[in-house]
Amino acid sequence: MIFQRFNLLMQRNCLANVCFPMELSGLRGEKKWREQRALELLDIVGLKDKAKAYPAQLSGGQQQRVAIARALATNPKVLLCDEATSALDPKTTRQILELIGDINKKLGITVVIITHQMSVVKEVCNHVAILDDGEVVEEGLVSTVFSAPKSAAARHLVFPRGADIDVSDPQQQRRIRLIFRSAKTTSIPLVAQLATEEGISATVISANTQKLSEEVYGSMLLGVPNAQFEQAMDFLRGIENLQVEEASVDVQ
Amino acid sequence: MYNNLFSPDSIAELTVAMQTQFPKAIWETFYVTLLSTALAVVIGLPLGVLLVAGEKDGVLPLPKALMSVLNVIINLLRSIPFLILMIMVFPLSRLIIGTTVGTTATIVPLVVAAFPFVARLVESSLREIDPNIIEAAQSMGATPMQIICKVMIPESVPSLLQNFTIALTTILGYSAMSGIIGGGGLGKIAIDYGYYRYKYLVMFAAVVLLIILVQIFQSVGTHLATKSDKRLKK
Repeated sequence: MIFQRFNLLMQRNCLANVCFPMELSGLRGEKKWREQRALELLDIVGLKDKAKAYPAQLSGGQQQRVAIARALATNPKVLLCDEATSALDPKTTRQILELIGDINKKLGITVVIITHQMSVVKEVCNHVAILDDGEVVEEGLVSTVFSAPKSAAARHLVFPRGADIDVSDPQQQRRIRLIFRSAKTTSIPLVAQLATEEGISATVISANTQKLSEEVYGSMLLGVPNAQFEQAMDFLRGIENLQVEEASVDVQ
Repeated sequence: MYNNLFSPDSIAELTVAMQTQFPKAIWETFYVTLLSTALAVVIGLPLGVLLVAGEKDGVLPLPKALMSVLNVIINLLRSIPFLILMIMVFPLSRLIIGTTVGTTATIVPLVVAAFPFVARLVESSLREIDPNIIEAAQSMGATPMQIICKVMIPESVPSLLQNFTIALTTILGYSAMSGIIGGGGLGKIAIDYGYYRYKYLVMFAAVVLLIILVQIFQSVGTHLATKSDKRLKK
């Protein structure tokens, strides 16, 4: 398990810190073996040269990497990361996430990440479960939950609140959310086609592109006059690789 | 007191005393203080650990009754003025050493007075530890004994060393008082010559030497404490 504030033993050097879990599990009398394995683990996280250094002499990112090496010492099947990057700057966060991703792929260790940073989830995770008030309110693939969140909690996390609410007039308009699932769909001039072929004047309330788990998803929020709503929905539903749903008024 | 302090007679007395009494006295104060502190640490360290670990949310919860008794005894011993405690402990001194008089005999009251003090100091050092570290050790499957021996004590070593230095200098002061009940050392010289015989120059000389001893102990202690602290960037 790794923690937000690293929780390394400050009076032990890095090598001894990585050896710590092995000592606890009773591998006494095999100090050489423990230290050898600890050096290998420090190598995996790229800190072999800091083996004799003390945690106070390392930066935050380096301390977290030593903590990761320590967590791997007992050959776990699952690595639990409790807000592991919340105390790190963006650049270091990316490095740590890259390391965690590597560990997941190369060593086959399942990683469970607890975080409040959506960027972290979007960058490395495959599955996500959203908790609200101690209950799981939504779960699924990151691509599904982030491109089309259903629960209120998920929507609050995924879509930034902003001028969207003020811009569209709920009395005159109904809103449609579109999700583009492939590059081909984004090249279709949808709004122009709605205007020229169907005669519908749609307003673009927001448009966004995001990378979720290695794939790129585009999303768009259109406002369409009440009278033309059904017509617009029929047209849009006919387009391939386009996810169409109505977005209710109290949520973006 | 301060009239004729540096008269030729006083200085002559001081010279004699320096040659005959002082060397032995310095050694006695030195070894009584160190030995008493060491024994007080041997008894006080485990007690201090129990005070912290035995709490309800501690690492090794103990029955509430036991914790109450422990706290009461420590508070009691801390409250009794040392001079009175020294006399109350006479039967114990007789039992362990065979006499109540003499330098070695004063070790018993010194240890009895010091170990509760050391226990409280150890308790405060251990309470300084980040609880998150203990949580992390528990998440790695550490038993309570492992947490105490591998996490709590090693992580608080710099603070413990600072506190033991405080204990050492305090016990040095107490040992000077033991001169009243037949102990030896610099305290005895100060009281004999100063209080009973009005030879104030000799008394001041003894006090100066005590000050020097305290300075030495404090400097060495602080130096060891900072040197052992791996959190300080060097």
